[in-house]
Amino acid sequence: MSPTQDTGTPHGTTAKPQDGWQQDGQARDGQAQDSQAQDSQAQDSQAQDTAVSAASAAMGTAPREPERPVGLGLVGWTRWTWRTLTSMRTALILLFLLALGSVPGSLYPQRSVDPARVAQYFTDSPTEAKWLDRFWLFDVFTSPWYAAVYLLLFISLAGCVFPRALQHLKEIRRRPPAAPRNLLRLPHAADFDGDLSLEDAARTLRRRRFRVVTGPGWVAAEKGYLRETGNLLFHVSLLALLLAIGLGGLYGYRGNVLVVEGDGFANTVAAYDRFMPGQRVSAESLTPFSFTLKDFQASYVAAGPKAGQPLDYSARLSVQDTPTAPPRDVDLKVNDPLDVDGTLTYLIGHGYAPTFRVTDGKGQVAYDGPVPCLADDQATYTSECVIKVPDAEPTQLGFLARFLPTTVPNGNAWVSIFPGAANPTVQVFPFAGDLGLKSGRPQSVYQLDTDHLKPLGAMSAQPTPLKVGETKELADGAGKIQFTGVKEWISLQTTYDPGRLPALIAAAAAVIGLVLSLTVRRRRVWVRTGDGKVTVGGLTRTEGTGAAFAEEFGEIVTALGGNATEAGTPPAGPVGEDQEHDVPGARPAEE
Amino acid sequence: MLTQVNDGLATVSDQLVLVTVLLYLAAMICFALELAFGRVRTAVVAERRLVTVGAPAAPENGVGEGAGDGGGAEPQQAAGWAITAGSAGVVISWLAWAGNLAGILTRGLAVDRWPWGNMYEFVVAICFAAVTAFLVLLTRQPIRFLGAFVTLTAALGLGFAVLFLHVQAGPVMPALHSYWIAIHVTAAIVASGLFVLAGVCAILYLIRKDGRASSLPTREVLERVVHRTIVISFPIWTFAVIAGAMWADRAWGRYWGWDPKEVWAFVTWVVYAAYLHARATAGWRGRAAIIISLVAFACLLFNLIGVNIFISGLHSYADVPS
Ligand code: HEM
Repeated sequence: MSPTQDTGTPHGTTAKPQDGWQQDGQARDGQAQDSQAQDSQAQDSQAQDTAVSAASAAMGTAPREPERPVGLGLVGWTRWTWRTLTSMRTALILLFLLALGSVPGSLYPQRSVDPARVAQYFTDSPTEAKWLDRFWLFDVFTSPWYAAVYLLLFISLAGCVFPRALQHLKEIRRRPPAAPRNLLRLPHAADFDGDLSLEDAARTLRRRRFRVVTGPGWVAAEKGYLRETGNLLFHVSLLALLLAIGLGGLYGYRGNVLVVEGDGFANTVAAYDRFMPGQRVSAESLTPFSFTLKDFQASYVAAGPKAGQPLDYSARLSVQDTPTAPPRDVDLKVNDPLDVDGTLTYLIGHGYAPTFRVTDGKGQVAYDGPVPCLADDQATYTSECVIKVPDAEPTQLGFLARFLPTTVPNGNAWVSIFPGAANPTVQVFPFAGDLGLKSGRPQSVYQLDTDHLKPLGAMSAQPTPLKVGETKELADGAGKIQFTGVKEWISLQTTYDPGRLPALIAAAAAVIGLVLSLTVRRRRVWVRTGDGKVTVGGLTRTEGTGAAFAEEFGEIVTALGGNATEAGTPPAGPVGEDQEHDVPGARPAEE
Repeated sequence: MLTQVNDGLATVSDQLVLVTVLLYLAAMICFALELAFGRVRTAVVAERRLVTVGAPAAPENGVGEGAGDGGGAEPQQAAGWAITAGSAGVVISWLAWAGNLAGILTRGLAVDRWPWGNMYEFVVAICFAAVTAFLVLLTRQPIRFLGAFVTLTAALGLGFAVLFLHVQAGPVMPALHSYWIAIHVTAAIVASGLFVLAGVCAILYLIRKDGRASSLPTREVLERVVHRTIVISFPIWTFAVIAGAMWADRAWGRYWGWDPKEVWAFVTWVVYAAYLHARATAGWRGRAAIIISLVAFACLLFNLIGVNIFISGLHSYADVPS
């Protein structure tokens, strides 16, 4: 019973690779040698060292690196380009570029995420913004250069994975290679005296779910094919994920709309405030559902240091899945979208919509309804509103208003101290003149263009707020405005993305593949018997698993009838793993 | 979803976290004593290059238990009391771990929700995860040398959280009312804890000089711990990112929208993947790979702290005291 002296292990012959790139040339040799070894594997007359290194090289993937083009022919260059593109080094560089390229996407506001902040950037620093825009820095993730990086990466991935998948298919069907002559030179080895029949050895290994072949005087066994399968699954899943995302982009759409309590919405392109269709979406393809917003409730922490923090939002909808379907009640909440045939509607924001009745100078009611206001400050929900009354006579009227949900006096001013509408008031700033609506220039409903408007009466920064039901008479007999009530609005996003499920499946497959490829070990065990002696040799290609395999190897030796405690393995390599001898750089030292 | 905060329990939680910091420091001192007065090892690496067939491979002490301390490690008068100090360090670490856990549990009970709804809670949980990872690995592998550094990191992390991130226990934003917080954030915490362990070990690798006497294990051992830890945590991180996407799909109407937090989670993921590739296929063992792992770790930390503080986004949990 002698554990091999480690002088004989391939580790002793190994030059430690200091720089991965220097091995490139040899890596290809390694592969060539590998396939030769495979072809001639039936003959067990191979020189031991070659057999060992080939056996190990066959289990892993030596880094593929392109040779420089030999001639300058087009074919040569094309081949070289393809090889370079699909090499691991290129993939690594592209991975880094992808990471680096994403960074500006988090530093600069993105149009797809927050167009308002992009617009703000243009107002604040126009020249800088113009330059940033030239490099698509406000649209990083849809920019040509970002697309170039990920497309190259995925071509590289495909070019790398598909040949490997084919090879793996072949390999899966291949029988474990014949036993090298001297098993004691393998990194894990043991021998003991005893009579073990080949059938018994084979059965023992088969029971441990090894794939087993026998030859004259030897048994060869291999296990752990799932590692490579997992690795391929992972990379293919990444490709599938990209396709799913692309599918969603082409056939899906997204729309935003703001709905005030009591109002309804029907899922048509025209009903959206903002509609972002994929290239392949037609207006007719939208799921024809509709709903009315019956009520919206927001609750807040009432007291203490967190007073005013939102606790819960809930919108009660009455939904009709199709124009003829009976209405059903739906409680729409954050994290709980409305689902109509895969078209999802999300509650993403809310605000106040005080209602006003404006009577013009001629005594006609020129406006009567809610005005959605935008919150200035989330903690108090102090909101800014704009009321445009183009139908007022004799001149058009416009109002700026400040809505205070919970009003308290503060010196000469009034402020809101809580986001809930406990004591709602509005401060109104009236204007008269031309609202500028006829100019044809698009205007935001949240902005009042005061260029051609005149303040009505003396403008104070803190006009006395109106309570619900109160009316303010306008100066110059221009009419009056009454604050009639408080409603709330919600903003909704509707999404249809046919790529969601495929993306989820691809992502799940990626995780499964990843776990397999990182945890399964590929290993081979050989047994030779004869003359009352049994030798067992083992090898794992997967790095970092030498210690774990040593344990398994010990168990196998015990199961075969040896003594596990003495079936010790030589300290394999500097860190007790078998990685070294399959590093292609090792080869010259062996020759 | 009205929650009544239990202020008494919340205070207990705050005090437990303070006690935990002190215990981590005590454990750190014990471990440090062992490092300073315990065994000294010398790494032998250079001789291994280009030896001819038949030359003895320099035996090395591996992480594997059986490999023993022979070979490259030349034990020099390992003081008995130093080893006792190390063992005491382990015991105190477990105590601190229990304190950390109790701090998290009481906080969760005080607010009646998962106790990782803001940055303070998140950092406390990551420190806990890192120490857990260390203590669990310690039961299988001789990595006690890491003790001093892990407990120090945990003490610094908790101290930072208490001093700069602490917010009063309370309810969270409506967006966080979801079972996804249990799935997504827990996975992120576990993965981050393991990444912290790998990060600490990677820094030791850079500090460790080969061929010199040191109480640290050889670089190869350090590198191997880094690799193992990342191999475990990378799939968990991948899962955390995917679970985050699924939550975003529930909450915001898209599974991926390049929110800054998402961008940096992605960047972190890509750089860790690059690390695995560098090691697995490009043959970048050693320094280059270690540096990539540290770049990835820096991305992770930036995502955790930098993004919440410097960049505004949808991730409302940040809740950083201003
Ligand atoms: C989105 C980018 C990618 C990610 C996240 C990724 C991730 C991974 C992971 C985690 C592994 C396992 C490493 C290990 O065994 O320790 C791996 C292995 C591998 N990857 Fe990728 N990969 C990506 C792109 C690529 C590309 C573009 C290529 C091809 C050029 C590629 C080729 C490989 C190869 C050949 C392996 C085998 C490693 C081995 O067998 O030890 N990967 N990849």
